[in-house]
Amino acid sequence: MNTLTKEADVPAPRDAGASGAFLSVRDLYVHFDTEGGTVKAVDGLSFDLERGRTLGIVGESGSGKSVTNLSILGLHNPRKTAVSGEILLDGQELTGAREKTLESLRGNKMAMIFQDPLTALSPYYTVGRQISEPYRKHTGASKREAHLRAIEMLDKVGIPNAKLRVNDYPHQFSGGMRQRAMIAMALVCNPDLLIADEPTTALDVTVQAQILDLLKDLQQEFGSAIIFITHDLGVIANVADDILVMYGGRAVERGSVKEVLRQPRHPYTWGLLTSMPRLTGDVNEELVPIKGTPPSLLAPPPGCPFNPRCEYVNHVAGDHSCTADRPVLPPGRGAACHLTAEQKQTFFTEQIKPRLG
Amino acid sequence: MLRFFSRRLLGAIVILLVISAVTFFLFYAIPRDPAMLACGKNCTPDALEVIRKNMGIDKPVPVQYWEFMSGIVTGRDFAQGSCPAPCFGYSFASSDPVWDTILDRFPTTVSLSLGGAVVFLTIGLGAGMIAAWKRGTLADKVFSTASLVLSSMQIYFVGPLVMALLVFNLGLLDQPKYVPLSEDPAGWFMGLLIPWMVIQIIFTANYTRLSRSSMIEQLAEDHVRTARAKGMSGKFVFFRYAWRGSLIPIVTIFGVDLGSLLGGAMITEWTFSLPGLGKLAVESVEQTDLPMVMGVMLFSATFIVLFNVLVDAAYAFIDPRVRLA
Repeated sequence: MNTLTKEADVPAPRDAGASGAFLSVRDLYVHFDTEGGTVKAVDGLSFDLERGRTLGIVGESGSGKSVTNLSILGLHNPRKTAVSGEILLDGQELTGAREKTLESLRGNKMAMIFQDPLTALSPYYTVGRQISEPYRKHTGASKREAHLRAIEMLDKVGIPNAKLRVNDYPHQFSGGMRQRAMIAMALVCNPDLLIADEPTTALDVTVQAQILDLLKDLQQEFGSAIIFITHDLGVIANVADDILVMYGGRAVERGSVKEVLRQPRHPYTWGLLTSMPRLTGDVNEELVPIKGTPPSLLAPPPGCPFNPRCEYVNHVAGDHSCTADRPVLPPGRGAACHLTAEQKQTFFTEQIKPRLG
Repeated sequence: MLRFFSRRLLGAIVILLVISAVTFFLFYAIPRDPAMLACGKNCTPDALEVIRKNMGIDKPVPVQYWEFMSGIVTGRDFAQGSCPAPCFGYSFASSDPVWDTILDRFPTTVSLSLGGAVVFLTIGLGAGMIAAWKRGTLADKVFSTASLVLSSMQIYFVGPLVMALLVFNLGLLDQPKYVPLSEDPAGWFMGLLIPWMVIQIIFTANYTRLSRSSMIEQLAEDHVRTARAKGMSGKFVFFRYAWRGSLIPIVTIFGVDLGSLLGGAMITEWTFSLPGLGKLAVESVEQTDLPMVMGVMLFSATFIVLFNVLVDAAYAFIDPRVRLA
């Protein structure tokens, strides 16, 4: 029934821009006006995502991961936020789209799972009601149909005794169950795009694994495209097909999971990978954090935003490339870095790879 | 639920006992003899003694307190006649039964406070929500500034001004007076219109600010963003998700305000010469009228305590995480 309504409501997919991708983000800029100045939270970001694929976005806090995704959904306060660039979802332009249009897409064609399911669910309404609300709005289903759909969804995400638990309030659920309910809520209208913003960060490791498996299963079933935001590379390796590494509001490296994790080309990615503890490593071996702190987005460093923290600045040919020119991220597999391909290869094999074990 | 109410009821009785004791013993700390006042100019020691006995203030204070308190439960016999429970005795000043006087004055206070509450809740919550909805715009600034100015106003200042304008200059309304609702609904309404308008001024301002700030706080909650992320309209999210949570601080303050208003809006009633409990309280303190002071005090305190219990019960209706136990 749901699929029928959707076909009737939404026009057939048009040619989705030049790339033809299902979701295509081009030169996205998201700037916030604050009292201290303009925060350049996202500063020229482009990426594509196909149906049925999972894109992992990694980066430190404040690298623009969440802001990017909130702007896909159009959830920023338009009075304080300047969003420019192109966001094409199935050929439909989302930047500057009318609020009504976005409302009809949110929760319907694109949905989001938030990080902390305790605060992200309303304490005042039952889980069932919160799940059925978007279903009623987007499909026009009756209260009763929506209630049954909520039970069906809770069952699907593995809530035991869904028929009874549907009438529970979120505080009566455990953390893992709340996140499952959150996923049920996001998937209730079979969205084509699912954005998961650190969905497992607030959960313990065993529950985390269950949730990841659940997401993978549901993706197989529904064929949704998933954007998975995390700062946990272990999680990314588990769920993603492709990886986008973000730093200072920009993408610094892009490639398939294998490429980025096995053959990383950007010094920042190297830093991320070498700062991770290894299960097989020596217990006494010290972790190597990336020195310094993430850049201020009010006044980002000129040139490459990573240059103040980069150990390889001196190896770049030409005197001030890193501080003067913004490195370009080539389309497809690549890294936004001024080092030459040979240098990257050499540094990685000689200095980084041995530390990754 | 039952356990909650029985426990709170017990607590309320303790609070009322403490209040009654404090009031009673404080009364005797006042260096004024009610018998002396009643005795008049040509008072003889014998006459004074008789009056003391009649008033029941010849005995030691703790005995008097015991007799007074047990009278509330069992009733008492006086020279003036027997006084059935709940007996608060006879007024020293008017010799009327205290309980009857209170019941006589109460409808005025109820009309004044409930009518005023309807006005200040409607305007206050409305203005606060509009200000929160249009946060940062001109409307918000106008409402916020106006509420700041109004909350610094005083009833005894605004009251006479409003009367001067509407009653004496423009002649639109008569002087405020209380007419029982059952006798003349229109007269009741017109007579209380000015007091309602004036009493709401200070309250409205507080409710505007409270509702604005708690709405803004709620709108920044994660679950409000989630509701928007699933495609619910701005209006729906505002009224269903944010509003519900914003009610908790409002209910808290409203319970306290309404409780104390029902116990007597002293300044308002005095300003407009409305014969309510507040005016009665002020008069009886002036006349050193112990039984009346005790009666009004306990009656008012009961409302405040009662509304505090009701507020706690209301939390459970608003927020399912709160369980009454």
